[in-house]
Amino acid sequence: MNEIKCESCGFLNSAGTSICNKCGMPLDKENDSKLLNMRYDGRAIRSKTKNTSIVDKIWNFFSSIKIGVTLIAIALIASAVGTILPQSMYIPTNVVAEEHYRDRYGLAGQIYYQLGFHELYSSWWYLILIALIGISIFIVSLDRGIPLYKALKNQNPKRHIHFLKRQKLFNQYDQYSQEDLDKLVTNIKKRRYKIFEKDGHILAEKGRFSRWGPYVNHAGLIIFLIGTLLRFVPFMYVDEFVWVREGETAIIPGTSQQYYVENQEFIFETYGNDEEDAKFSEILSQQNSAIPKHFETKAVIYEDVSEGVIGSEPELEEVASGEIIVNKPIQFGGFALYQDSYQLNEFQSMSFKLHETTDENEASIVEFTVDLTNPDSVYTFENGFRIELDQYYPDYILDDDGTPRSQTNYPRNPAFVFFVYPPGESDPEASFLAIGQNIDGTGENTYKLGLTNFDVRDVSGLNVTKDLTLPVIGLGAFIFMIGVIQGMYWQHRRIWIHPAQGKLFIASHTNKNWYGMTNEFEKIITNTKFSMLQDQEKVTKDN
Amino acid sequence: MDKIEQANKTKKNKKRNRLIYRTSILTVLFGALLFALISNLMADDETLDVGDKAPDFQLTHLNGGQSETIRLGDLKGKGVMLNFWATYCEPCEREMPYMETLYPEYKQKGVEIIAVSVDATELVIDKFVEQYGLSFPVLHDNNSLVMDAYGIRPLPTTFFIDENGVIVERVMGELTLENLEGYLQKIEPS
Amino acid sequence: MEDLIVWSSRLLYTAFIIYLIATVLFAATIKDKRHEKTFSKIHILAISTTILGFFAQLGYFITRWIASGHAPVSNMFEFVTFFGMMLVLAFIILYFIYRIELLGLFALPIALLIIGYASMYPRDISPLVPSLKSHWLYIHVTTVALGEAILAVSFVAGIIYLIRQIDQSRTSLKTICLEIIMYSIFATIGFVIVTTAFSISDYSSTFEYNVEGQPSELEYHLPPIFGPSEGQLLTENRMDALLPTPEWMLGAEAPRKFNTLVWSLLAGIVLYIGMRLILRKRIAAAIQPFLRKANPELLDEVCYRAVAIGFPVFTLGGLIFAAIWAQEAWNRYWGWDPKEVWALITWFFYAIFLHLRLTVGWHGERSAWFAVVGFAIIMFNLIVVNLVLAGLHSYA
Repeated sequence: MNEIKCESCGFLNSAGTSICNKCGMPLDKENDSKLLNMRYDGRAIRSKTKNTSIVDKIWNFFSSIKIGVTLIAIALIASAVGTILPQSMYIPTNVVAEEHYRDRYGLAGQIYYQLGFHELYSSWWYLILIALIGISIFIVSLDRGIPLYKALKNQNPKRHIHFLKRQKLFNQYDQYSQEDLDKLVTNIKKRRYKIFEKDGHILAEKGRFSRWGPYVNHAGLIIFLIGTLLRFVPFMYVDEFVWVREGETAIIPGTSQQYYVENQEFIFETYGNDEEDAKFSEILSQQNSAIPKHFETKAVIYEDVSEGVIGSEPELEEVASGEIIVNKPIQFGGFALYQDSYQLNEFQSMSFKLHETTDENEASIVEFTVDLTNPDSVYTFENGFRIELDQYYPDYILDDDGTPRSQTNYPRNPAFVFFVYPPGESDPEASFLAIGQNIDGTGENTYKLGLTNFDVRDVSGLNVTKDLTLPVIGLGAFIFMIGVIQGMYWQHRRIWIHPAQGKLFIASHTNKNWYGMTNEFEKIITNTKFSMLQDQEKVTKDN
Repeated sequence: MDKIEQANKTKKNKKRNRLIYRTSILTVLFGALLFALISNLMADDETLDVGDKAPDFQLTHLNGGQSETIRLGDLKGKGVMLNFWATYCEPCEREMPYMETLYPEYKQKGVEIIAVSVDATELVIDKFVEQYGLSFPVLHDNNSLVMDAYGIRPLPTTFFIDENGVIVERVMGELTLENLEGYLQKIEPS
Repeated sequence: MEDLIVWSSRLLYTAFIIYLIATVLFAATIKDKRHEKTFSKIHILAISTTILGFFAQLGYFITRWIASGHAPVSNMFEFVTFFGMMLVLAFIILYFIYRIELLGLFALPIALLIIGYASMYPRDISPLVPSLKSHWLYIHVTTVALGEAILAVSFVAGIIYLIRQIDQSRTSLKTICLEIIMYSIFATIGFVIVTTAFSISDYSSTFEYNVEGQPSELEYHLPPIFGPSEGQLLTENRMDALLPTPEWMLGAEAPRKFNTLVWSLLAGIVLYIGMRLILRKRIAAAIQPFLRKANPELLDEVCYRAVAIGFPVFTLGGLIFAAIWAQEAWNRYWGWDPKEVWALITWFFYAIFLHLRLTVGWHGERSAWFAVVGFAIIMFNLIVVNLVLAGLHSYA
């Protein structure tokens, strides 16, 4: 593995070089008749050099494009596997994941769960896979980008005749005048080529910058991946959720107890109530439920400026206010609150009246209202009646033993046990009331309670986020796009003109879009005496 | 001779430089990979953990006769068992009697049991305390402030805090009588 | 307003018929024995007709936009129609670069099929739920459609290349794969025919079944080969389902969609076998003689160039604009929703294509096969992901 000495000019090229870095003589003797491989302009890719230490071996492993492509292919297959069954974040939140996959998808679901595919995209091995692709991108780009940069920066306009002869587009002209040549060069210049000249040899070049495209887009990808890594840095990323009831002020989680949000009003509109919705009438009539048109929370954001310990009365100062609409979050102190979801018509209060069981007109004896968020336990009345709220279940269910209990904090299905003390009595009559139920404790109650009215309010679900990684990720994506466009929408075209022994040799190369190159050369030779370059690939095939 | 030596020397230098350059790049890249991997595994564990200082708080005391407040910071010198619970949570309900059983004994030994309810309404807590005859302080975290500060996800979650205010143990889920006693012994002030 | 909607669908029909005429004109150019590069009257006529058709469809798009108040890319019908329109646009662009008439002869029928396929979906103007009301939605969806359409041209060039180049004198894996592609085109035709036939005969039957524990009704417009699993037939005098739909199919109204798929595949088999009996050789072998004039190197370059042009557009629309919109609507730029994942898979796939072509030197046939598989992935994302996998995308 030593340097290769160029037979033509004597320059020492490093091992792996296929075109002499100085004079452009092809060094791959064995392929003499074939077209020259112009990848990386014949430079030695670094990895192809020495291969001794463990560091070099690891390096060379990652510098292979085949390894990179293999890693992408594995990531592709793995990603596809992750879509076979829903990921755990898309299954209902109130079920145990393991049971859900087993019950819903049987054995296949169980295997899927056991292999960890239900959280595939956050699994350690998927993460490693993506990281390895990142490492591969980095090393591949360094290994190829630097030699290519050097090769293109120090191009010798004078290339060896063999170099020209082994280009795809080539022709030789036995007779030409200086005038013809000048005309040709003028035409080339008109096509906005840069001209380099040495001893009568000419190199015309344009679009070199497109060769940096792959390296620019890879740099963008690296920045993007770094951006995703930053998410793990504390305080760079917050993603929380909060329910706020109308009229209530709630602490915003994830803000270190600093910020509060007040839900002044939640507005909810559906399609079909407006004249302008008439055009949707056909589809609306087919739907079972109304389609939401617009929802928003009128919110005020407060900051707690008190110095007190957690749990002590906060001192709230308004920092922001306005509507939180889907796609239009409210911003404050680096955080953003997004309108996410809603629960309509949660009970806020319920009103009852007491009447005699036998009274057909149900004439009211007393009336009272229970505030469902902070109910009083005793209600006394001037006429001597006293009613005690013995038990309150905000979200009532009967559990497996048949005992009543509440399954959440929220008054979604309230139920009550009331003790009614008629004037002067010390033994109460018990009544159980829930939605659709009114059960008499003994079956012999003299008085009966009835629901007369209720108030509801909406609950707004807000997402709290802070993501300081977004600028980095956006920058990465932007640079990636620049690189891809630069590499894909432009091409690097070169024309070499080589005078020797009274003849003129012309060859041309483009890194892609040969059709365009041919068309361009046709335009270049118009009004000159030169004929078209020959496509040597075609010539060989036709013979 | 000189020339060959010179060439060999440059070559050696080049090789050494390349090794340093490659090693450092690989170290950075794999360092990033390791960082990602560890952070990913720790991602679920951002909340308070063993060894952290328990954040101070102050809440209304519901079963202390007249309504007064309890502040965690005032309990310095005592071991504190801090239990987060709610009336609608069945495992919480099951472990309450164990706490009640052990409370008198450990109060003597300098351990305080504090149960912070995250229920929305005071009434349901009062009824619950009455039903189980709880004698240890039951506090009401009305605005979920303390719950947020302690990063509580599942209920019940219990912290065992030593006399210096440092979290010695964090238990997510239901306690049994036996392991509850074991944890309480851990935080007895020496 | 009503008028506008009527006009809008008239324009779409017009566009459809003009494309059909343009296809015939492109077919006529093949018979034209003159040199490739001459630009004779028939060529001018063919491409002008195509452009006219494109403008007619653009008219449909604009009038529908005005009528509905939002860009008509918000349900399956609108999106797929738009995709067909973008395919025509992509063809026009590449035609002006390369002047290959054959491309038109293949691209236009595929665009016709796509528009035909789209029109089998409900065509009512539908309202937008709040999270879809964003300019980024339009930007995202239109760019994706354009990117995918340009990539589809790569498929068109690839398939012409394959039909021309693959040795049809004996049966091989390659000829079988090619026939499978031919069959899938027949299945799409089958879908259009079957759906149209039963819709003319006004067929409908309703089932009741459970979705996530909620009882709901599902209306079939094709006789149910596959009914909802544990479904109850509600309509009288109609055939009951022969077989239940597998339960792992989760998409909205999956049983009906699955039933339609089975119908299309069966109709495709009938059409394909019929065609084979008429031609007495493989479909691709029958087409091959017409492609002799085509220049395979040029086709290979078009196949690659379309990817080179389409890949950045797809990245921008399918990943970057999608991420911006997702960030705005759900405040996370990436959520591993099946549709998103399949966009990523498409992106990975074309990245592999480009790397293999640019650095490992995969040209010609391999490259053409890649273009075909790439298009299959795009179609999978458009059709199968909606059918089998539940997700956030509204169509869906």
